[in-house]
Amino acid sequence: MAGGGLPHPLLIAEEGVRATGLNVPGNVVEAWVVMVIMIVFGLLATRKLTMVPGGMQNFFEFLVGGLESFVVANIGEKGRKVFSFLCGLFVFILVGNLLGFVPGFDAPTANINTNAAMAITVFLFYNFWGLKMWGPGYIKHFLGPFWWLVPLMLPVELISHLARPLSLTLRLFGNVRGGEIILVLLFILAPVISTIPMFFMFILAKTIQAFVFFMLSMIYLKGSLEHAH
Amino acid sequence: MRKALMTALNTAALLTVASVAFAAGDPAVVATISWATALAQAIAAAFCGLGMGLAIKAACEGTARNPEASGKITVTLILGLAFLESLAIYGLVINLILLFANPYMG
Repeated sequence: MAGGGLPHPLLIAEEGVRATGLNVPGNVVEAWVVMVIMIVFGLLATRKLTMVPGGMQNFFEFLVGGLESFVVANIGEKGRKVFSFLCGLFVFILVGNLLGFVPGFDAPTANINTNAAMAITVFLFYNFWGLKMWGPGYIKHFLGPFWWLVPLMLPVELISHLARPLSLTLRLFGNVRGGEIILVLLFILAPVISTIPMFFMFILAKTIQAFVFFMLSMIYLKGSLEHAH
Repeated sequence: MRKALMTALNTAALLTVASVAFAAGDPAVVATISWATALAQAIAAAFCGLGMGLAIKAACEGTARNPEASGKITVTLILGLAFLESLAIYGLVINLILLFANPYMG
């Protein structure tokens, strides 16, 4: 509802869940759909593992391997410990964004609650890793380079850290919901002719948004994993 | 000087009118909000586009001079673009709030 009630002809999964009598918000149902898709594809890809990958296993090895080498290149070898979280985040957001283009489904990331849940999870996760890595010395990440700068740096750092989940949430939400609103407006202006090219543009844009969320989480984790300076 | 004065006066007039309109809750509110959101999004998009264009220009030049650094430049570029773009997205979110979830309109 955060986008102002765009017209939806039929949302299959939400109607199906509502028919069983459960009172679950729509974005949660769509997130369940994404989870089912991810689990099914994961099981299909890992069912028959072979040394020489082919078909689906090849694609997933390319995806996960590429992401892992990217994370390790940026964080270092410590990045392998947090890679599963980051990769899960990326695939979830990617499938969630692209689910918005499938007729009968809505994007779970077009709702601010899903994004806030993910962003707060990222916030807690990187602070957890910082505390686990550095113990009480993690406070040094907030204190700036010199001791006499502490009264200035501590509030600045605290605000900047608290703004991170906010900006993560709003960026993803605004992109996905804004894209949907633009598609609806273009459909009102000139149906089909103007929307088909925009679909391709938004597929690209939403893939990039999933990657941006993944990359920012990675940068935040890098900041808490490496030594304070 | 006169232009600046006129701008300031117009802004003040718009602001006062806007507060009156919010209090009244008549069709003028819709007109004011439409103007405000359209202008706000236009300004946000214009300057965000300008800033992102500058960033991409610098990245292209850097890659042309030193193609081996393109990987690092791309990472930095996407990161910076994400931060820049979030400024326009804040504008969009505020516009959505103004249009669909306005706290001043019952």
